[in-house]
Amino acid sequence: MLYREAGEFKATYQADQAILTIRQDRWFMLALMVIAFLVIPLISSEYWLGTIMLPFLILALAALGLNVLTGYAGQLSLGTGGFMATGAFAAYKLATSFPDLHIFLVILLAGGITAVAGLLFGIPSLRIKGFYLAVATLASQFFLIWMFNKFGWFTNYSASGVISAPPMAVIGDSYVTGPYATAEAKYLFVLSIVVLFALMTKNLVRSNIGREWMAVRDMDIAAEIIGIRMLPTKLKAFAYSSFLCGIAGALWAFVYTGSVEPLAFDVNRSFQILFMIIIGGLGSIMGAFLGAGFIVLLPIFLNNAPHWIGLNIHVDLISHIEFMVFGALIIFFLIVEPHGLARLWQLLKEKLRLWPFPY
Amino acid sequence: MHERKLGDVVLQAEGISLSFGAMRVLNNVSFDVHQGEIRSIIGPNGAGKSSMLNVINGVYHPQQGSITYRGETRQQMKVHQAAAQGIARTFQNIALFKGMSTLDNIMTGRNLKIKSNMLQQAVYWGKAQKEEIEHRRKVEEIIDFLEIQAIRKTPVGKLPYGMQKRVELGRALAAEPDLLLLDEPMAGMNVEEKEDMCRFVLDINDEFGTTIILIEHDMGVVMDLSDRVVVLDYGNQLADGPPDVVRSNQAVIDAYLGVSN
Repeated sequence: MLYREAGEFKATYQADQAILTIRQDRWFMLALMVIAFLVIPLISSEYWLGTIMLPFLILALAALGLNVLTGYAGQLSLGTGGFMATGAFAAYKLATSFPDLHIFLVILLAGGITAVAGLLFGIPSLRIKGFYLAVATLASQFFLIWMFNKFGWFTNYSASGVISAPPMAVIGDSYVTGPYATAEAKYLFVLSIVVLFALMTKNLVRSNIGREWMAVRDMDIAAEIIGIRMLPTKLKAFAYSSFLCGIAGALWAFVYTGSVEPLAFDVNRSFQILFMIIIGGLGSIMGAFLGAGFIVLLPIFLNNAPHWIGLNIHVDLISHIEFMVFGALIIFFLIVEPHGLARLWQLLKEKLRLWPFPY
Repeated sequence: MHERKLGDVVLQAEGISLSFGAMRVLNNVSFDVHQGEIRSIIGPNGAGKSSMLNVINGVYHPQQGSITYRGETRQQMKVHQAAAQGIARTFQNIALFKGMSTLDNIMTGRNLKIKSNMLQQAVYWGKAQKEEIEHRRKVEEIIDFLEIQAIRKTPVGKLPYGMQKRVELGRALAAEPDLLLLDEPMAGMNVEEKEDMCRFVLDINDEFGTTIILIEHDMGVVMDLSDRVVVLDYGNQLADGPPDVVRSNQAVIDAYLGVSN
């Protein structure tokens, strides 16, 4: 009853092309932002902010990146982990070579360097499609991780191959990396970046470049005939996608874990992020967040649920159950709802619009 | 049907031969298209009609012959060249972007006219938004013209066949083409839908002055709409001329009805 678009008339194309065209949606988004920026940092414990919200946001950013490439532009990629690693190591080299560089610039430049890597590994996409492309991107995954392990230059010749973020502050002594950083500062820093890039991505996908990506995804021959150039369009998707993944990797290494080795970005990470967008919803901004939330929170839920109902299950068993539940869910989503949680959310809204009437 | 004054030659196909391996699809086909004309290509299934369109907009590259478009002679067209020079087309089997709405499909047709870069589009506010609104206005004109206002936000995958054909025509029109290639725009339609489509084709030709090359199997439609007709059969050019002349050509009648010998 409350969720209605009846009576909301749009008199300009500008209003009709807004991101959230329904008033209630705008209120909802505003409330969500207030909760994210104000309520959560105030009420959450350090554990919640540091070990749940941070990985959720960072992985959502990576999922957003992969969703641009796979969900919008239709190019299947298994190289997400490799690109995250590139972002992490690029940020490390930048931060240690130029200690005066502001952290925001370090992260942005790390994203830029990853975008160049993504461009290079995206070139084969002109010739190969689908699963074959996935295998080609898998090669990039293994190559990048091998490279960071092999050459000491990337880790500044640290014996263990582990990189540690130097303490860096946004302004003054409000540190977001290193031992002096508070969970709140880290959370707000990451949240701001993620919200910024989510908005940018939304703008891209509702503009011409986004339509070109979707056109290439849906029917490449028709796209070419109306004048869309394949190579630049696909490469832009690869570059932007890796840009976001690079930033996510840099945030992961610098803000979330603080120190990281290449193995943190192995092929399992790529699969994890692919599962996020499959479960969350291919070709949807919301889907990246829903999927990331689902995959980060489900293991925690599975770990705690038996205790809540008084069962005492062995830890090994729980981690096995986790695998089984994930596998089952992915198969379930692929069969029942290929557009994922985002589609379910959309269906719910469509039903709500008419509720309590059936039509 | 109508005595019309036609403009200069805008497209000339000269001795086009195309083969895939040993299979000869087009054999020494030559014809010209005048500015403002509705030119039909007809022929039995497998005659090479769609291949001819594919040669014109650069999807297929013929082994022999040349294409002269707007005074420029080329061995072969390239796809993006054709698009940039105002050649648009629709497909025999609908080739819409299924995951996108009607509006977005038609907006995509204007991609070559959008000048803002990726960064401006990411910021959106400013030039990109101004451009989006400006092109939206143009797209709304096309939506009005094709009478598809009610489905503008519907994903095209959910639309019935006849509507999808119409959206595809809209996408081609969005590029404001000089030369429009229509590959069986009325295939599989009922009489009413065909009448609508005929009206659109005539209006496009009349109002926008768009030159049209039409492939169609419905002879009534072809004879009524076309200024001139080319007849192909197994890649060979059987006849070329006004509908009445083509209709009474013995070779054409034989190709369509078969010969007993």
